[in-house]
Amino acid sequence: MTAVTEREYEMVVGLEVHVQLKTRTKAFCSCSADFGAPPNTNVCPVCLALPGALPVLNHHAVELAVRAAIALECKVHETSVFARKNYFYPDLPKGYQISQYDKPLAEKGWLTIGELENKTPVRVGITRVHMEEDAGKSVHDRYNGVTAIDLNRAGVPLIEIVSEPDMRSSAEAGAYLRLIKQILSYAGVSDVSMEEGSLRVDANVSARLRGATKLGTKTEIKNVNSFSAVERALDSEFTRQVALLKSGGTVSQQTMLWDGARGETRPSRSKEESHDYRYFPEPDLPPLALDAEWIARVGREIPELPDARRKRLVDEYKITPPDAELLTSSAGFSEYFEAVARASLDPKGAVNWVMGEVSAAVNAAGVHLDEFAVRPADLAELLRMLRDDVVSHTAAKRIFARMVETGKPPVQVAAEEGLQKVDDDSALAGWIDEVLAENPSEAARYRAGETKLQGVLVGLVMKKSKGSADPKKVNQLLPERARGPS
Amino acid sequence: MKAQPARASAAAAKLLAGPLTECVACIREGAAIPADMVSASFDRADEVGAGKDALNIFISTDREGATESAKQLTAHLGRAEPLGNLAGVPVALKDNIATLGMPTTCGSRILEGYVSPYEATVVRRLRANGAVIVGKTNMDEFAMGSSTENSAYGPTRNPVDIRRVPGGSSGGSAAAVAAGIVRLALGSETGGSVRQPASFCGVVGVKPTYGRVSRYGLVAFGSSLDQVGVLGRTVEDASIGMEVISGCDPLDSTSADVPVPRYELEKNAGLKGLVIGKPREYFPDGLDPRIAQECERALDAYRELGATVRDVSLPHTSYSIPVYYIIAPAEASSNLARFDGVRYGLRVLSERGLNGMYEETRARGFGPEVTRRVLLGTYVLSAGYYDAYYKKAQAVRTLIAQDFRDVFASGVDVLFTPTTPTPAFELGAVKDAYEMYLSDIFTASANLAGVPAMSVPIGDAAGLPIGGQIIAPHFGESVMFRAAFGLERALAGNFVPGEQDA
Amino acid sequence: MAVTREDVVKVAKLANIAIDETRLDSLALELNAILGHMDELRKVDTARVQTAEGLGSGGQRLRADYGPPDGLASAPATFAPETRDGFVLVPRLATHEGSPERAP
Ligand SMILES: [Zn+2]
Repeated sequence: MTAVTEREYEMVVGLEVHVQLKTRTKAFCSCSADFGAPPNTNVCPVCLALPGALPVLNHHAVELAVRAAIALECKVHETSVFARKNYFYPDLPKGYQISQYDKPLAEKGWLTIGELENKTPVRVGITRVHMEEDAGKSVHDRYNGVTAIDLNRAGVPLIEIVSEPDMRSSAEAGAYLRLIKQILSYAGVSDVSMEEGSLRVDANVSARLRGATKLGTKTEIKNVNSFSAVERALDSEFTRQVALLKSGGTVSQQTMLWDGARGETRPSRSKEESHDYRYFPEPDLPPLALDAEWIARVGREIPELPDARRKRLVDEYKITPPDAELLTSSAGFSEYFEAVARASLDPKGAVNWVMGEVSAAVNAAGVHLDEFAVRPADLAELLRMLRDDVVSHTAAKRIFARMVETGKPPVQVAAEEGLQKVDDDSALAGWIDEVLAENPSEAARYRAGETKLQGVLVGLVMKKSKGSADPKKVNQLLPERARGPS
Repeated sequence: MKAQPARASAAAAKLLAGPLTECVACIREGAAIPADMVSASFDRADEVGAGKDALNIFISTDREGATESAKQLTAHLGRAEPLGNLAGVPVALKDNIATLGMPTTCGSRILEGYVSPYEATVVRRLRANGAVIVGKTNMDEFAMGSSTENSAYGPTRNPVDIRRVPGGSSGGSAAAVAAGIVRLALGSETGGSVRQPASFCGVVGVKPTYGRVSRYGLVAFGSSLDQVGVLGRTVEDASIGMEVISGCDPLDSTSADVPVPRYELEKNAGLKGLVIGKPREYFPDGLDPRIAQECERALDAYRELGATVRDVSLPHTSYSIPVYYIIAPAEASSNLARFDGVRYGLRVLSERGLNGMYEETRARGFGPEVTRRVLLGTYVLSAGYYDAYYKKAQAVRTLIAQDFRDVFASGVDVLFTPTTPTPAFELGAVKDAYEMYLSDIFTASANLAGVPAMSVPIGDAAGLPIGGQIIAPHFGESVMFRAAFGLERALAGNFVPGEQDA
Repeated sequence: MAVTREDVVKVAKLANIAIDETRLDSLALELNAILGHMDELRKVDTARVQTAEGLGSGGQRLRADYGPPDGLASAPATFAPETRDGFVLVPRLATHEGSPERAP
């Protein structure tokens, strides 16, 4: 039923993405911006809003914000203005948030999130990118009847990226978010982790009849904590709106909270008093004046972005476009790949290993690639050992597993574990003899001409050698050892 | 409290009554002891009745802390680095300047008992130059007022005539200097809060160029207008104080990176060739004749000293009060939002949870004038009124600033005007809020334009001091002091400004 | 553009100041009296005025991204009205009244 009716309506989505900038200190004071300190210890007169304290803007925060804006194809203004957004909340120490209002840092960017079947690019407009500060943290469920305030996060620098209402499905919204995350991560602007709160999303969604030009009344969805939750929340809210419209009702403009457990949106309990933020230019901060040449330099110094890297990987390493796509989905993996490929001179092997073993091991260990025990140089060494036939493929996998556990270089692991390929005839003969002795009936049948047992016996030898035996040599040696000593 | 503190030596009392330079010289030479200067200051406070039941000059004093820092100065004497330009000088601070170890209440209940855990840049500079902080002076709550009657800690009285107000909002600081308790005090200006009380109490009051002095640690009222200013017995004292507190501060984004000249070098510069502008808007037909007369006398003195007096016009002057009373309350409504009972200061709980706590804390913590201005400021910023009030006021403010730029570009060095439209009035005499606002009519423009201005005693009306105002271009403090030094010397002996000695 | 009693209620709510019922009318009168003088500004032609944003002209000075911050002589727990385990405590927001409690 709904599927039929929903086909008459189209979803219109605009996203507001808040991203925490990767600075050492806060936006307007020199307090550490790190997480995890005991409550209210990364605080000072400024971020506690003590009487008389004043803000001073962090240069690096401006640089990262400009970098993000340029990476998102925005026009960065040479003059932008900070403004106060006034409202009371216990974790907002000044009673206002320093943000940017009618003169934001940058405007009019776009992202290409994919292409239609006819190859036309799907482009999402970016209305603006502006700088602001984060609020503190309110903990409502820690103590009886009271809210506990921690201001360590208060004043941490953020950018807000506001999109045009250009997305027409939850999948497009998901693609947009994944691309933003990828780009900002490549640009080194932010850790962009939704789990850690360094990326937050509010989604505006409305429904309208297909072909209509006027936008419907939108609702804003908050409280979504993963990209897939954004997609599910959008679908659920769209279905709710369409049902409402179909039954002759109207959508009221309000804030909805996503309840992931129930899979539905519900109106926010906060009273919908019409917010009057009384924005006005922040008198404590003169306008932010950026030199055109400086802006250009920040643009030139942006690390390579995913699109460019994809193309370069195909050109430089002769890998397939799908492999390049896979590798560049994360800045870290593509950098890891390049390091391995360069050191091993084996891009093909590097792709397979990085996307296979490395990716699996990193996921299994639940660590960041930076903290992964196997460094690219060591993996490259292992690939060289494989190529030079020093180890077998089976042994290489065992060596890799040990490297993941111990962080030791492959040569050392191979030596310690005796996993180097053994082609020394006497050692091989010893293993073969043992296998024949331990499996007398198979040995007898083999000797009697049942040659199909050759594979079974070679396998047993390989097992005995823990993969280090050279299987080619074992195959050669087995018949003569089976005939017995001459 | 119990132990009777030692009476200061007569020598220290005499130094306290004399020029700053003498006091500092004596202390550097070891001829006077800083601790004696502290004693002299507290003795003088007792003598003139600075306490709550009389002049009510201080919200808090710190004899112990002052004596302790005085002793440290003495211990410092023999060392390599010379003592600063305020060595051993007792200084009073307006109670809206964050001071370590002393309360900072802003004259408000909402900050009763609040002791700042950090210190204002101006206080650090004072201490680094050897000044000894003796107390925090009374003020209109959050500097909103022109009479120091709006203090939660009771009004301050004018030492010249205790039936009258000392002006405001830096009334306590002006009274402390006028009463001879300190030679130097810091006040703050948003629309005339140093110059107007200086004029009422017969002392010198200086408001520097916006950005000349750091605001870090000055509790904000109207951030785009606020500046720390000094009150001194003489132009020279004030110039020394200004020099110490001036200069760029990395903790204040609005402080200017402009070199600070030696102001006291202007002392003997003379006035030959100086062009003094007399703006007609500051001498309206209805001007109090006693004030008009003293101003004319001052202008004559200027002419005699070789300066030229030129009639000029600042056409947008009459709009300064409406503009000021939109912008200052608008900024104040936002600046005072931090007083919410969450992190420091007063907290009043209510059955209505968090919102009840906010509303009751602020209702009980703020006095009537602060409440009025916060509501006014909230109104002019609210949706639907922003353009008509706040935006319009900013545009007119630009025109007011342009008036000053034009007149100074036309070859005028400084402007001379009355500081206030009337001499000090009696306590309780001005009841209407807007009538009180008009006390700032000659002073608010300088804050709106950001230019430096100072008030210098120029005479009296039946014993009530009258101040003349000198206004200079942006960062033109040197020429302003030059004009002030000249005027002070020319008028010397004609009257005794705010003299209290029997 | 007269300020009504309702305006005073609205503005007081925005400013979070409890106003006694009996004060509302007189406050409306006072604000009207003050704002009446402000209407003078309408006479000024500001159509061509380029309003400066803030007073500094050269743009704002920025600081380098390192600490330490200006220090506190004493921790927030020494001056905040109510704290526990380093947290500053406030009455719970009405919208979170239903939040689950955690045993202390
Ligand atoms: Zn801080």
